[in-house]
Amino acid sequence: MTLEIDVRHNQGAFTLAADFAASGPVTALWGPSGAGKTTIANIVAGLIRPDRGRVALDGEVLVDRARGVFVAPNRRRIGYVFQDGRLFPHLTVRQNLLYGRTLTPRAQRFVVLDDVVGLLDLGPHLGRRPGLLSGGEKQRAAIGRALLSSPRLLLMDEPLASLDAGRREDILPYVERLRDEVGVPIVYISHVWEEVERLASTVVRLDRGIVIGVDRISRAHCAARG
Amino acid sequence: MNVLTEAESAALLLSLKVSLWGVGVSLPLGILVAALLARCEFWGKTLVNGLLHLPLVLPPVVTGYFLLILLGRHGPIGAWLHDAFGITLAFRWTGAAVASAVMGFPLLVRAVRLSVEAVDPRLEQAARTLGAGMVWTFLTVTLPLSIPGILAGFFLSFGRSLGEFGATITFVSNIPHETQTLPLAIYTFTQVPGGDAAALRLAMISVALSLVALLASDLLARRATRAITGL
Repeated sequence: MTLEIDVRHNQGAFTLAADFAASGPVTALWGPSGAGKTTIANIVAGLIRPDRGRVALDGEVLVDRARGVFVAPNRRRIGYVFQDGRLFPHLTVRQNLLYGRTLTPRAQRFVVLDDVVGLLDLGPHLGRRPGLLSGGEKQRAAIGRALLSSPRLLLMDEPLASLDAGRREDILPYVERLRDEVGVPIVYISHVWEEVERLASTVVRLDRGIVIGVDRISRAHCAARG
Repeated sequence: MNVLTEAESAALLLSLKVSLWGVGVSLPLGILVAALLARCEFWGKTLVNGLLHLPLVLPPVVTGYFLLILLGRHGPIGAWLHDAFGITLAFRWTGAAVASAVMGFPLLVRAVRLSVEAVDPRLEQAARTLGAGMVWTFLTVTLPLSIPGILAGFFLSFGRSLGEFGATITFVSNIPHETQTLPLAIYTFTQVPGGDAAALRLAMISVALSLVALLASDLLARRATRAITGL
């Protein structure tokens, strides 16, 4: 997986000027709040149209303002796990999980419901509505839902931020399993260095809308930690 | 219905038929217009919104008069409907349904629009990232979450239709068994000697119907909210 980003975008007083390339398995966008991490994720997902610039995934141009290219979000096959979950409140967990899967062409489906349910321990909750789930369960369901759309890339925007400290420890192993067992490249957004260090192979450091560095996290370091 | 005379029950049944058809047919259009107003920016939106609300503030007689000019047998739309489809609206119950639909439309759109606007756009974004196009997102996310407002709008404009008088009598006149709905029948009974009892009976029925519509609207909207979130 190679994600190339070179965009400029103004949002009120905030200006994003990001230029970097990311490759799998896990690239972290790391920086304080207001650094432009979520804006980048929204641009990659197609929820924001950047003022200028270009985004390409594995050579396929998703956005090129100069040439007038803009691929609609529903045609990008990019999964997105939002900070606030965003499960559909009127659907059961099972219906939420299958929402994206039914919209994915059969030939492109490589993720199976039972695998995701097992991986994320969602079995007991399948028949329930999101309103009855705990924060951690909601976030696991949101991860599963994004995964079941068989994405080429999974964006995870601070998936642990809405959880309290104990719950974060509960979710992190699931993200690790996702990385190690499913093989979908992940762009992981966080302002917490411990998460980044534990999950990512590459870190894109951001501050006030600008990329201030791209570093590889050494495997040895990861291994020592793990 | 032996409490009512034949003429009275005819007016009651006609009223129900006219209102149900009027509101039923205008509902899909109302949802579409409400969704466009709630979620899209387009040129002339303020004007569209203003025109839409016009029947709410215009004297109903004026609305009825315009309907007569446009949809009458010799009106530009009325003549076309008659020649192309054989549909006649003027002085028919179908015309009464159109009049009540037009008068109830602003209320319908308003209620649905508020409900659509209350749906979190971030949920729609989530649907888009999962592969749903705009129409599918609307049908599977926005619409189901707007059901309470749609129900409220339906009953509100249904109630409004039941009471429609000015536009109806101007557009389709006051013909027993064809266009004489409840309010028109009540008016007629007050104009003839000895019609007081009948007018009162129909007036009470009107009150009861309106109350039932409002209560049903409230009850169903709350039930729907509970059913949607499962809480």
